[in-house]
Amino acid sequence: MTRAELIDEMAALGPLSHKQADVVVETILDSMKAAIGQGDRIEIRGFGVFSLRLRRPRRARNPRTGEPLVSAARHAAHFKPGKELKAVLAQMDPGPDAEDSEA
Amino acid sequence: MTKADIARAVYERHGGLSSREAARLVDTFFQLLRERLIKGEKVQITGFGTFLVKTRRERRGRNPKTGDIIAIRSRKSIFFRSSPQVEAAAAVSSEAAV
Repeated sequence: MTRAELIDEMAALGPLSHKQADVVVETILDSMKAAIGQGDRIEIRGFGVFSLRLRRPRRARNPRTGEPLVSAARHAAHFKPGKELKAVLAQMDPGPDAEDSEA
Repeated sequence: MTKADIARAVYERHGGLSSREAARLVDTFFQLLRERLIKGEKVQITGFGTFLVKTRRERRGRNPKTGDIIAIRSRKSIFFRSSPQVEAAAAVSSEAAV
């Protein structure tokens, strides 16, 4: 599913026009992005939690010059599925070739 | 931040909605995401990020309490990869925190 399909479905379900559904989806995403920007954790019951995790500085290399450098520590957004969602996933058939892969 | 805070943002931005309707729309939004993910579908939201359903392979683990070796079954899990915009937002909060 893409963002556009999500907006289509929101519009099809509710009293909203397509334009209004677009604004609603935009507002939801913007407010979540703002929370992440403030280092705030986002807790959605029945869905999951977005939080920031620290990425430690790593030794890296400038791929062009081969010069060693140390990357700066930074935060990255992390999503952890909630209990209810995990329970549903646990019931799902993992499929025939169960490797660490995209479904 | 919780769903109530997101609903308030929707209510304030939209104007023509009651706060109850705004709350219901936020619920619907996450419900739609959930439905697709439960079907094993990838959800790609431009400007925010991508939710991927991946299969984790079977592995051996230990019961942390007893130390017994146990088999952990293969199962589905959801991974989120943030878009460059969200990555940038997270980096801003690192500057504030570090």
